[in-house]
Amino acid sequence: MKRLRAVADWIDARTGLVSFLVETAGHRVPRNTASWWYVFGSATLVAFVLQVVTGIGLATVYAPSANDAWASLQALDYDVPLGWFLRALHGWGSNFMVALVVVHMIQVFLFGAYKYPRELTWTVGVFLLLVTLGMAFTGQIMRFDQDAYWGLGIGAAIMGRVPVLGPYLVHLLLGGPIIAGATLSRFFTLHVFVVPGLLIALVGVHLLMVLRLGINEWPMPGRLVRRATYRAEYEALVAADGVPFFPDAAKRDLVFGGLVILALVACAAIFGPIGPGGQPDPTIIATEPTPDFFFLWIYAALALLPANLETPLLLTAPVIGIGILLALPYLSGTGEKSWRRRPVAVLVVATVLLTIGTLTYLGTFAPWSPVMDAWSALPTPAAYLQKRSPLELQGALLVQEKQCRNCHRLGGEGGLRGPALDDVATRLTHDQLIRQVLQGGGQMPAYGKNLSPPEVTALVAFLSTLHPAGQVPAIDASARTNP
Amino acid sequence: MAENAPLPPVSRRGFLVAFGLALNAAAAALFAIPIVGYLFAPARRIAEQAWIPLGPLADFPERQTRLATYRNPFVEAWDGETANVPCWVRRITGDTFQVFAINCAHLGCPVRWFPESGLFMCPCHGGVYYEDGSRASGPPPRGLYEYTYKIEGGQLWVRGGELPTLSQPV
Repeated sequence: MKRLRAVADWIDARTGLVSFLVETAGHRVPRNTASWWYVFGSATLVAFVLQVVTGIGLATVYAPSANDAWASLQALDYDVPLGWFLRALHGWGSNFMVALVVVHMIQVFLFGAYKYPRELTWTVGVFLLLVTLGMAFTGQIMRFDQDAYWGLGIGAAIMGRVPVLGPYLVHLLLGGPIIAGATLSRFFTLHVFVVPGLLIALVGVHLLMVLRLGINEWPMPGRLVRRATYRAEYEALVAADGVPFFPDAAKRDLVFGGLVILALVACAAIFGPIGPGGQPDPTIIATEPTPDFFFLWIYAALALLPANLETPLLLTAPVIGIGILLALPYLSGTGEKSWRRRPVAVLVVATVLLTIGTLTYLGTFAPWSPVMDAWSALPTPAAYLQKRSPLELQGALLVQEKQCRNCHRLGGEGGLRGPALDDVATRLTHDQLIRQVLQGGGQMPAYGKNLSPPEVTALVAFLSTLHPAGQVPAIDASARTNP
Repeated sequence: MAENAPLPPVSRRGFLVAFGLALNAAAAALFAIPIVGYLFAPARRIAEQAWIPLGPLADFPERQTRLATYRNPFVEAWDGETANVPCWVRRITGDTFQVFAINCAHLGCPVRWFPESGLFMCPCHGGVYYEDGSRASGPPPRGLYEYTYKIEGGQLWVRGGELPTLSQPV
């Protein structure tokens, strides 16, 4: 112990680092910040450090070349000893980090921690959120599979909607005319050098400001932030009721950080590495690209936006959203901090979470997408084929063969793009069915060119039988009164 | 400023600081300009296209739509399979063709052809197109992107080389 101290003193005399660390660890913070609500920032940092470690490990094997990347991921999963585990840690670590950064941000928002004098800490935090999402997106590209390939295609398609600059931005994004070797190299550079560099620099500034300005005290309802008095009040609070950050506050960070690591290791060991999916060969078109979990809500929004709003919203919504986040502390930098007296803030958080949650839920089963193999994979329910005439049976065959079920459910199976057909005869009369099939309408394409008249007759004959027992089919009331 | 006011004396130290700053600014510009040019180089080569053979006419029966693939004309050795580009070839009759890009006009996902119902369907957001490439339903703002084609030496050729997008259709 004595010897250790001597070594520390020797180093400190030359660097000053030891006394700096001791002072930093022991700096006084308000007693009420020693709370389980204050652990998410440090946990995010833990997740990031783990990502750096596993990322460096993966980079020793990964081949950042469009020709070899997918094969090197296979090697990591199946050949390289423990390669699968590192991939699993890195993939799940990314999920953990995104989740923790979001929880941290919500806590900071609800506790009013972004208010005077911590405006810039929040601003840097917004950039940290963006950089973290940037890491998540570019990381998804590193997993160079079909989802990554078509995800890049979606990125290019969005860039292509920018007026005037569109074609230039597409080329900048892809590094060439198509998604190919240059594209992967570009995203590798971003994922491994540029974005992590930014992240480290921003984390440094973020932490520096937390130390300089002090941890946000527990917000008391009615204790308002005033520019003239806040700093003196904070210093008085720390002087009167302060505790050393280590160990009084940090013990909870320690416990939670440890739990995060354990949970990550457990996830990685139990669920294993994420992908890669099919190889990134664009000629394999039997693929249904979906983004990673935390981008599912954007995927859902892109399917559900009204067509005429799509391009304007795609190009302006991110700018407006980020703009609001950045402007927040400069618009409401003083006043009430406690969420108990900020109902609008609570409502905003609830609304945003509910919206993103709903869109994510929809994104998990994508009701707007046709089920591409429903027509050949799902049988017609047997009950719908009993006691039918030969003409109606021919119609049932057409429902399968003409891919109707890619968009329409029958017996609870099939696409969700159009309405279920189980009770279609209660909604549309015989004539309306013919019109709908021939001309389409709503979301439905017109089948007039692709069905012969006998086929239409058979198809509509079958559809007219689809009504629940005891429920009469729709009738044309005008035909009955005017025979 | 008064005409006959004496100029402030320039000290040797002050001159060297100013000179050093100016020198570094010039050096930094000389250093940075080529790097920026290098990084932005891909944006300068827009609309590079070439004629690409898709195969003999016999590969494409009349009144049918078939998947064809080609090797992108602008390619590097390490592009691997990503430089193989698919497209849909519809031979209407004789020498009349339509060649569609695989990419949905909505967000670029690969559309699939269903000959039984005569529709192209997109797996991502549910865009649907008729057999002539026109939009049938869903979010796409236009019909499928269509290549210009020619027939030469018994082969079908298309003009391509770029990922089609709304601002730069093939």
